Amino acid sequence: MKDQMIRGADIVVRSLIAEQAEVIFGYPGGAIMPVYDALHDYHDQLRHVLTRHEQGAIHAAQGYARVSGKVGVCLATSGPGATNLITGMADAQIDSTPLVCITGQVAAHLLGTDAFQETDMIGISMPCSKWNIQVRRVEDIAPAIAKAFYIARSGRPGPVLIDITKNAQVDFGEFNYVPCLGFRSYKTHNPIESSAIEQAAALINSAERPYVLYGQGVILGKAEAELKFFLDKSGIPAASTLLGSGALPQDHPNYVGKLGMHGNYAPNLLTNKCDVLIAVGMRFDDRVTGDLKRYAKQARVVHLELDPAEVNKTVKCEVAVLGDCRESLAMLTAAIDAKKHDAWMKRFRDLEEEETSAVMQHDLTPTKDGLTMGEVINIVNQYKADDAVLVTDVGQHQMIAWRYFNYKKTRTQVTSGGLGTMGFALPAALGAQLHDYSRQVICVVGDGGIQMTIQELGTIMQTKAPVKIVLLNNNYLGMVRQWQQMFFDKRYSFTELDNPDFVKIAEAYNIKAQKVTERGDLREAVEDMLIHDGPFFLEVVVEKEDNVFPMIATGCSVEEVRLS
Amino acid sequence: MKRYTIFVITENFIGILNRITIIFTRRGININALTASESRLEGIHRITIEVTATEETVIQLVNQIEKIIDVIKAFYHEDEGVVYQELALYKIPVSKLDGGLEKIIRQHGARIISAEPEFVVLELTGHKEQTQELLEILKEYGLLEFARSGRVAVAKRMLTIDSFVK
Repeated sequence: MKDQMIRGADIVVRSLIAEQAEVIFGYPGGAIMPVYDALHDYHDQLRHVLTRHEQGAIHAAQGYARVSGKVGVCLATSGPGATNLITGMADAQIDSTPLVCITGQVAAHLLGTDAFQETDMIGISMPCSKWNIQVRRVEDIAPAIAKAFYIARSGRPGPVLIDITKNAQVDFGEFNYVPCLGFRSYKTHNPIESSAIEQAAALINSAERPYVLYGQGVILGKAEAELKFFLDKSGIPAASTLLGSGALPQDHPNYVGKLGMHGNYAPNLLTNKCDVLIAVGMRFDDRVTGDLKRYAKQARVVHLELDPAEVNKTVKCEVAVLGDCRESLAMLTAAIDAKKHDAWMKRFRDLEEEETSAVMQHDLTPTKDGLTMGEVINIVNQYKADDAVLVTDVGQHQMIAWRYFNYKKTRTQVTSGGLGTMGFALPAALGAQLHDYSRQVICVVGDGGIQMTIQELGTIMQTKAPVKIVLLNNNYLGMVRQWQQMFFDKRYSFTELDNPDFVKIAEAYNIKAQKVTERGDLREAVEDMLIHDGPFFLEVVVEKEDNVFPMIATGCSVEEVRLS
Repeated sequence: MKRYTIFVITENFIGILNRITIIFTRRGININALTASESRLEGIHRITIEVTATEETVIQLVNQIEKIIDVIKAFYHEDEGVVYQELALYKIPVSKLDGGLEKIIRQHGARIISAEPEFVVLELTGHKEQTQELLEILKEYGLLEFARSGRVAVAKRMLTIDSFVK
């Protein structure tokens, strides 16, 4: 009997393998050392990537999860190692990213005694996890991991944390992995009610100016094809949220643009002109709605949503279609009339022209000397692969890259949406790249954000992940500066940066690097970067004080979207 | 704003109460009273929370609570929809006892559950209005200590927790 017993640490690793984890990200330390010791024996079955900071590990796991649709896994020690995961957990929680975070913990007999590197991780992670558990006995390890993976990936995905005391890692136990297939207190989603489909279909059929808003729920529910069929048949114009980008190819005839504070002009403005609003897998974030009191008040709202807590949370709906949108979209497509909405669609196209002349021409084909962020993305579009992944950080570059990147495939958008985590992009791009070395991963980042996690250049060096890093450098915390200019009387309080020589830093990590300051050099540099075999760091010095438009200022209504 | 009773049926899992209460904390909503106990079924706990809020807020709280992985079911009722009781204890110094107290005890249906050389402890169960009324009276009697439990309640609706546990 004793021969079949293995260490708890081996159970951890073999459980991860049983869950088909391929790559995990982490950082060792005292309380997780037995697991690191076990990893040494399984390195041919499970790849571990050593990041340079635990925050890097969790953002990498997020990037991996977003592009792969699988559960991202990260590993950290107790105390500071574990608390460094918290920002990423909060990010994954608000953006519904499936993660399993495993942290070491002091031995069970030391719990609550302020032992070295002891932190109450269950308490700390509670508000930013879908579920968490502390494991104090070796026999509880495998069931906890099985349950964790099931919870992370099912229903509305999210991060879970397993805190494993050191004694459980070193004790011996039997290993018999039983995957979790469900349990009584957790319902992954509601079955779709046919009456809701009938009501929704009736509302859609009677609509003169129907309008679809789609979000990441479409991607998470693998409902991209169902969305496309629904739009093909219904002829309804459709706009994307930030995280929904990629769910529908942007050359689809019904696609009208992006929603939100820095989205497109027509999609925001016409939200208050539609008669039926069909929200699919999106949660009416305040950055999408602006002032709720003046948001789509004229519209009858249909909400296709998995999470019952998101229904009627901010925007009241007339028909809630609870459940998996992959099923509900298909049922709805069968129940609606085939239609065209040419006149209504033309209103979107007309306003799009206004945006093109008022904003896009300046952004994409500037006549002034200074380079714009938009023209960089425009050139990237011309050379990128169709399935290239765009990873962005947070700020002006994020909004510009999102606005102008030509999304053609699903799971090509990786950004910190709900939480707005600066420092997200570089490690997330690494994680996205490690899922598939052959896929083009383009990391667009600002000079502020990159310095929050710049140490991950070391992980890129060590893994040889061929990430293409585009640093849009305006020597400012640009989005904050834009707000200071617009709403704080140009008082540029602590937003200007004295920056290091980024190219030298990249080169110090043995990453091929180039700096572009002139328009004439940009095209060739982008081309060189994208064909380079290996990681590449391209710094583009852009206009210092450029702004992102259109914009819906805080407290304004979607119809008050400004072009300048 | 109205008074509501939220019922939560949960697995008996460490930290579940914490997960529930942070939903209130995050929205800045005060819990008037909270009680937790085992239910009729082994391994399943029920938590009763009394809160004063708008119905819209209560619906969102209940949705968020029900989203907790180890919560089996959460629902809410107005006061009219539940039968509820609270228990209050009053500690009074013996020196203040006089003939008047007997009348008060009889009138309110309170009882003496402990008599010590220096003090007696009265007990009254009922709605908050009743225990509060007695509290106001006993303040005249040099009340030393007062404690009141949270609400324990059962719903009037004919649904049993077995229907949620499958």
